[in-house]
Amino acid sequence: MSETDAIPEFKRKDAAGSDVGISGGMSALAAGPGIRSLSEVLAIIAVAVVIIGGTELLLNIFAVPHFVLPKPSQIAVALVTDFPLIAPHLGHTLVELFAGFGIGAVVGLILAAVITQFPFAEKIITPYILLLVTTPMLALVPLLILRFGFGYEPRIIAVALASGPMVMINAATGFRRVDSGKIALARSYGASTLQIFWKVRAPMALPMIFVGLMVGSIFGLLTAVGAEMVGGGFGLGNRLTSYSSMIQMPQFFAVVLILSILGILIYVLFFLLGKKFASWEA
Amino acid sequence: MSAAAPSAQPKLRVKNATKAYNTRSGELVAIDRCSLDVKAGEIVSIVGPSGCGKTTLLWSMSGLHKLSSGEVLLDGKPVNGPNPEIGMVFQDANLLPWRNLDANINFPFEIKGTKPDRAWIDDLLGRVGLSGFGGRFPRELSGGMQQRAALVRALSFKPSVLLMDEPFGALDAFTREEMNQLVEEIWMAAPTTIVLITHSIEEAIFLSDRIVVMSPRPGRVAAVHDVPFARPRSLEIMSTREVFDLTNVIKREIVGEQKSRYVRSSDAPVAQSAV
Ligand SMILES: Nc1ncnc2c1ncn2[C@@H]1O[C@H](COP(=O)(O)OP(=O)(O)OP(=O)(O)O)[C@@H](O)[C@H]1O
Ligand SMILES: [Mg+2]
Repeated sequence: MSETDAIPEFKRKDAAGSDVGISGGMSALAAGPGIRSLSEVLAIIAVAVVIIGGTELLLNIFAVPHFVLPKPSQIAVALVTDFPLIAPHLGHTLVELFAGFGIGAVVGLILAAVITQFPFAEKIITPYILLLVTTPMLALVPLLILRFGFGYEPRIIAVALASGPMVMINAATGFRRVDSGKIALARSYGASTLQIFWKVRAPMALPMIFVGLMVGSIFGLLTAVGAEMVGGGFGLGNRLTSYSSMIQMPQFFAVVLILSILGILIYVLFFLLGKKFASWEA
Repeated sequence: MSAAAPSAQPKLRVKNATKAYNTRSGELVAIDRCSLDVKAGEIVSIVGPSGCGKTTLLWSMSGLHKLSSGEVLLDGKPVNGPNPEIGMVFQDANLLPWRNLDANINFPFEIKGTKPDRAWIDDLLGRVGLSGFGGRFPRELSGGMQQRAALVRALSFKPSVLLMDEPFGALDAFTREEMNQLVEEIWMAAPTTIVLITHSIEEAIFLSDRIVVMSPRPGRVAAVHDVPFARPRSLEIMSTREVFDLTNVIKREIVGEQKSRYVRSSDAPVAQSAV
């Protein structure tokens, strides 16, 4: 068959025309089908224009004071003019997020990989991990501040505690998906336990690992901002409490906007990574 | 069946193989004292009702299963684990979905740490009509193509024994016939010892030198039939009286197993000694 006939990797579409690529696990997080055509993009922009413009108009008509709800235009102005003041705080939040999430993800991944190899240990440990997942780590922040002060440490620890278990629980689900046929295949060539792990279990777990990283990092962001609101003089969370106490609502919403963009960027990052490395799972 | 002693050493010998699984509801005997000799270069099919232990028997031959008792000998040496001389084709194609065709065929070599014989593999790919598909992922291949890829992967490291577990069970009748002819062609070019599990009596007759019929669980060797046709076999033989009769005998053995456990060998002319 000719070269042109070959279907390019990752680009195949199903009958409905939507992307086959992204994994079942990933698609749980991908809201609806992917955006395809220019007209869809235009429609989305149109909706945004209508909502933003409508809000602007309504707030003008009813003369809502800016300390109740600022107009979109005021928020945009605040975002531009005050960005130099907000930027260092964004940097602090990112440091906390990267450090905390990095630690949490690495520990979570290692734990998931090790623990799924030992069903008995897994049974014992899982309830505690579940407890970590369900307990809002923010609750621990006052305690952590008492112990570690108002610097980075309590926040990084809280972020790690919030994201680690998320990564772990999803990755463990991935590692647990034993396809005995594939493992038997590897064994039939004389594969060692380590080879089976790296060449069968790990690739098979990859889609779920990306789900874990995505959820974990978003949880990490939430926790970082929450911890910043509890105490300490820096970070985007601290800006939120400070701006709202000073009734600087345009600035307040500018920070909210930055946080949404940050969240979307994280989502898109892991979505694309998942698409690139885990798209085989149609 | 259990009496005959072959003159030369069999390539593969199964001696009183018994395998019991530990299940929640206690021990489950899947195969019970199965004995079978396969000569070098022979093609033997195993047929039997679903769940009678065919896969269990094949996995035991490959060393993937530990037998509860009995033994499997390859060239007279016991098989106690995966053996580089043995190639497996599993019940489904069992390609790794995250690897493209080339990477899938490379998989055994990565595990074994050996170098693939590119010329041999390219030749195989050509024979099965998969040249130029190396960059495709399993989901981009049809069921038949996946199965052919699995066959190439199993033959890629030149095993002297090929064990196949219903390799073409999921394919339509036409594709299956094509695959059968392909197996015969590959076998004619480089005869390996083949043990083939199948649900299709036609496939068994078309491909094998002998057909082993297993009883319902616990699986035992219920009957062995010789298939006396010369190779290459044309699809025409499939409509002869002989094949018709043999098919019926085997069918009755499989369906009627519950009543009579041990059925006589068929009235088809015997060309080779039964096990
Ligand atoms: N890992 C296992 N643990 C417990 N029981 C098993 C296991 N594998 C197979 N069995 C049981 O052993 C019996 C034989 O199974 P086996 O897969 O060998 O049958 P089979 O002849 O290959 O069936 P089929 O034709 O449907 O593929 C069945 O009753 C099955 O339920
Ligand atoms: Mg089976």
